[in-house]
Amino acid sequence: MLTDLTIAAMQKGLRARDFSAVELADAHIAAVEAARPLNAFIVETPDHARAAAERADAALADGSAGPLAGIPLGIKDLFCTAGVQTTAASKILEGFVPTYESTVTAKLFADGAGMLGKLNMDQFAMGSSNETSAFGNVVSPWRSAGSNRPLVPGGSSGGSASAVAARLCAGATGTDTGGSIRQPAAFVGIAGIKPTYGRCSRWGVVAFASSLDQAGPMARDVRDCAILLKSMSGYDPKDSTSLDLPVPDFEAALTGDLKGLRIGVPREYRLDGMDPNIAALWDQGLAWLRDAGATVVDVSLPHTKYALPAYYIVAPAEASSNLARYDGVRYGLRVTPEGGNLADMYEATRAAGFGPEVKRRIMIGTYVLSAGFYDAYYIQAQKVRTLIARDFANAFEACDLLLTPTAPSAAFAAGDKSDPLEMYLNDVFTVPASMAGLPAMSVPAGLSPSGLPLGLQIIGPALGEAAVLNAGYAIERAAGFAARPDRWW
Amino acid sequence: MSVDAATVKRIAHLARIKLSEAEAAPLQGELNAILGWIEQLGEVDTTGVAPMTAVIPITRAWRDDVVTDGDALDRVLANAPASDFGFYAVPKVIE
Repeated sequence: MLTDLTIAAMQKGLRARDFSAVELADAHIAAVEAARPLNAFIVETPDHARAAAERADAALADGSAGPLAGIPLGIKDLFCTAGVQTTAASKILEGFVPTYESTVTAKLFADGAGMLGKLNMDQFAMGSSNETSAFGNVVSPWRSAGSNRPLVPGGSSGGSASAVAARLCAGATGTDTGGSIRQPAAFVGIAGIKPTYGRCSRWGVVAFASSLDQAGPMARDVRDCAILLKSMSGYDPKDSTSLDLPVPDFEAALTGDLKGLRIGVPREYRLDGMDPNIAALWDQGLAWLRDAGATVVDVSLPHTKYALPAYYIVAPAEASSNLARYDGVRYGLRVTPEGGNLADMYEATRAAGFGPEVKRRIMIGTYVLSAGFYDAYYIQAQKVRTLIARDFANAFEACDLLLTPTAPSAAFAAGDKSDPLEMYLNDVFTVPASMAGLPAMSVPAGLSPSGLPLGLQIIGPALGEAAVLNAGYAIERAAGFAARPDRWW
Repeated sequence: MSVDAATVKRIAHLARIKLSEAEAAPLQGELNAILGWIEQLGEVDTTGVAPMTAVIPITRAWRDDVVTDGDALDRVLANAPASDFGFYAVPKVIE
């Protein structure tokens, strides 16, 4: 099946003319159409994928093909795509058709990739289970052994996770503010990397929390993540936080040899009451890294427990400011009450357009930024953030990379976590690296007793993506993770 | 610190989100649970610690002070819910 191929295998097959890019696109378009019960896509764009494939076939014939020529991708609906509706999975942007292309998607398309559609997600990337989309929940292709209950794919990049795991697209873009690439990747048994803050341009990506938001790839293996990340990365003068640095050849760094590397185990991540299966997988991961030549050292990140509460001040504060732009004036939804004035229009538009979780976070952000609370909440959180970043810097004096679980559990069923706070705690292992802007990835490493994927997270120092990917590659090879969801859709 | 019903309404107004009574009551409980949990940050001794301003140190890029974009009226207005004479149109603000 062409849809089973990794991106690296597709590149090879296309160049050897084992199949054409149009055949590859058509196989994926059919898979997307057949998988609508997963609700992974908000908009399907078969024409975009096919047109890119036709161009790719011509380019492959005349030798001008880019590295991603003919590779069919899914694009998270947070990336603005010229001429294709972009909603951030919110009613407030329903019908919004950007007249411009985000830098990241423009780079992927310039390298020859095609787009199969816009992937569903948590509304404005706020959520950890893809239950906050205005376009319905995304369903994981996975099911617990002996159960038909729909499981969540994680979030916020839940559509990306489901689509890649179900073989609807070879890879997908995700974005990660507090774990939104890594946690869904872990939940569906795929790989995903959040690069260093500033590696990928945020231009044209709908903003959630600007000091944390970072785009990254999600794909079925580490090599494919390396291939996509190279294409997505690079300096962009249109993003003032974009890093003006050369982009390494991440794929070339994949040797699997970790000789001399020191892997840190942050003791604060070993939580009381930790799921014994997760703890066992973590130990197994360390053993694999030792086998690949690494040594394991104990390290301490003393402010770990404060990362989540600090995140839930900083991220909502930035969101309340970023989302002020949705006012019914320039784009998206407008609701004007009968006889209402401009202020009534703002309030009615935002009431009708934002979902409950988005409203909750805007309210928290507005509160912590309001007069009298700014210093106690926001400034204190930013100081704690300095301490969290300092913890990591200290740890990286004693080690080169950190290994932790990605999430505290396997995927849960839709509706199982109805308390917002309980949902937030799902990001306990992913948020600290986000707060420090560090590269981190999740790789599939094993299965839970009920047959669901579990991931391990590798965190690196700033700009350490190549080392993170190489350690991920070593785990991937040792784990030999070959499980995939049985098709029920 | 806990928020009362009046504070919930005040925050909603600051955020320009109209809240129905039915929405306000559960939201008050949820906000209090979240804010109560956030309170633990007060335990951290941050004396002498500077608040983070940039997560990755970066030198701001300079560029020439020239117009690089523009003449895009149609594209700017393309998604406007209402526009007239090349402007966004909104309900009357001056009586």
